[in-house]
Amino acid sequence: MAAKKDKQFNPVETLHSIEEQFVMFQILNEEGEIVNQDAEPNLSEEELTELMTRMVYTRILDQRSISLNRQGRLGFYAPTAGQEASQLASHFALEKEDFILPGYRDVPQLLFHGLPLHMAFLWSRGHYEGSIIPEGLNIFIPQIIIGAQYIQAAGVALGFQKRGVKAVAMTYTGDGGTSQGDFYEGINFAGAYRVPAIFVIQNNQYAISTPRELQTAAKTLAQKGVAAGIPSILVDGMDALAVYVATRDARERAINGEGPTLIETMCYRYGPHTMAGDDPTRYRTSDTDNEWEKRDPLVRFRKYLEGKGIWSEEKENEVIERAKEEIKEAIKKADAAPKQKVSDFIKIMYKGDLPYNVQEQLDIYTEKESK
Amino acid sequence: MAQMTMIQAITDAMRTELKNDENVLVFGEDVGVNGGVFRATEGLQKEFGEDRVFDTPLAESGIGGLAIGLSLTGFRPVMEIQFFGFIFEVIDSVSGQLARQSFRTGGRFNAPVTIRSPFGGGVATPEMHADSLEGLVASQPGLKVVIPSTPYDAKGLLISAIKDDNPVVFLEHMKLYRSFRQEVPEGEYTIPLGKADVKREGKDLSIITYGAMVHESLKAAEVLEKEGYSVEVVDLRTIQPLDIETIIASVEKTNRAIVVQEAQKQAGIAANVVSEITERAILSLEAPVLRVAAPDTIYPFAQGENAWLPDVNDIIETAKKVLTF
Repeated sequence: MAAKKDKQFNPVETLHSIEEQFVMFQILNEEGEIVNQDAEPNLSEEELTELMTRMVYTRILDQRSISLNRQGRLGFYAPTAGQEASQLASHFALEKEDFILPGYRDVPQLLFHGLPLHMAFLWSRGHYEGSIIPEGLNIFIPQIIIGAQYIQAAGVALGFQKRGVKAVAMTYTGDGGTSQGDFYEGINFAGAYRVPAIFVIQNNQYAISTPRELQTAAKTLAQKGVAAGIPSILVDGMDALAVYVATRDARERAINGEGPTLIETMCYRYGPHTMAGDDPTRYRTSDTDNEWEKRDPLVRFRKYLEGKGIWSEEKENEVIERAKEEIKEAIKKADAAPKQKVSDFIKIMYKGDLPYNVQEQLDIYTEKESK
Repeated sequence: MAQMTMIQAITDAMRTELKNDENVLVFGEDVGVNGGVFRATEGLQKEFGEDRVFDTPLAESGIGGLAIGLSLTGFRPVMEIQFFGFIFEVIDSVSGQLARQSFRTGGRFNAPVTIRSPFGGGVATPEMHADSLEGLVASQPGLKVVIPSTPYDAKGLLISAIKDDNPVVFLEHMKLYRSFRQEVPEGEYTIPLGKADVKREGKDLSIITYGAMVHESLKAAEVLEKEGYSVEVVDLRTIQPLDIETIIASVEKTNRAIVVQEAQKQAGIAANVVSEITERAILSLEAPVLRVAAPDTIYPFAQGENAWLPDVNDIIETAKKVLTF
């Protein structure tokens, strides 16, 4: 049938009509009120308080990590404040058997998946013992190369599919990460093979200093999933309930063999990119900071829980004290790790017999270290 | 025993390991129905199914990521990079990730991944197909790099590469794919990685080489023999790690050596071989160790390549300099 002349395909309108459909999904507004009753998840009181506990814990861990870093007692650190809902509510939808491929800011999810805190500190310090992931813990070491975890997540998910394992591969990147080739290759491979993967974009508005607007002409980052033919959703990343529901649904689809999902969580990092000299005042105004802080994930979730009568200042203080205590203990444990030797580095390079050159060097260093 | 070309031996190695180990997967661009652009995976999808031998979308970096993810779920991936000139698209997965996987997880996750890829000059390919880029991966700690020169070696080495628990880059010289046949045993046999092979014995000069240059060197040795020189040809087979024992034993016997590679002089592995010889056997040497290599330009593909590639005459000329020093 010939198309009518006035119904010709209009590429501009088509783009706009697609973009308009990516409306931000929200359940809990800034005042902690439910604005989307139908979507409110059926989480038990224990689950709700557990999620709040994790977010409060992580906020304290962030504050302590920043000060430990300033004291020279921690190494590389990427602050997390502002992103707690995005990180922890997405993780809250996972099960133990799911596999996390994190970016370098995604240490909190690893901790609540089971990584001991002192190991995270050792990793931050560059001690290899922090990277020996305990047996049975389904995580990978935080990725430094922006986007590389996306293609690897497609691979882990393909592995699960081939083995018939009912689990998902979950990975995180930022707004800047969506400009990388690996971002597109990862979601495209996952879509082509229809594997159980969840790709999260934590859009915290800045890739170090480069604003989100400079990354792409796309109106939303979530819509990039359309090109890969995979379901995608834009979520209020400071709304723990919305993030949880979007991830829960993505996981359900993945487990049911319906393939991967792309989730953009709209959020903000209050602190610098990392503690290695980034100064956000060079590229952000305090007005912008203040505006985002009004949307704080902890504030609104706290109001929501207080409204239900299941959270109190007393409870929060308990979490804060416990966090501080555990951080202190974990630092002590990290301090007690043995001094690293070159012979250790050599031994973890290869499985099986060492290549001659490396064996020779191992002998030399073992001899040196014995003196 | 069957007579096989190198490419048939390579297919047979993959078939053998697909049969022996259910964790082995073979994938890459066009490796499925098409059997690979060179037919290296001919018939494998039909025999082992689409679950184990499969095509990928056209993205080398994605293929590398797939291999990493599959290795994390206990598979033993054999990934194909259609031409090694495309390695630049996947160098992060290979050198940045796979090579570091054991180290960066404190030994917890090893990466038993084989990266197969055709390379090499003299077959009139387009640009970015023929370059000898082995030095790029050989200089990366964590990777082993294998370059076979015969069908027999290719099968035994590829099986070793697949069985190895570390990432191995396995480079297949395109000119050797169908240049000759050789008896290749059926079923599984291995040639250890890191072991060179003396392809011809001699006592006046050692030619240390690998890949297609093994055959140019053997031709040179024939010519030199007629002129009264007894030349030994050492085929490295694995260029990372090097087989120091065999190299040094040969040099200590002949007291003279040249290193021959198809890669540019500033690339490849020849400089490394020369360093090892001078560090370990300088007192055995009667002459400097010279190199035969391509000039330090970009690879001039197709029409220009024969003027550029090192050949038997270059080898003879350099050999004589060392023999008459």
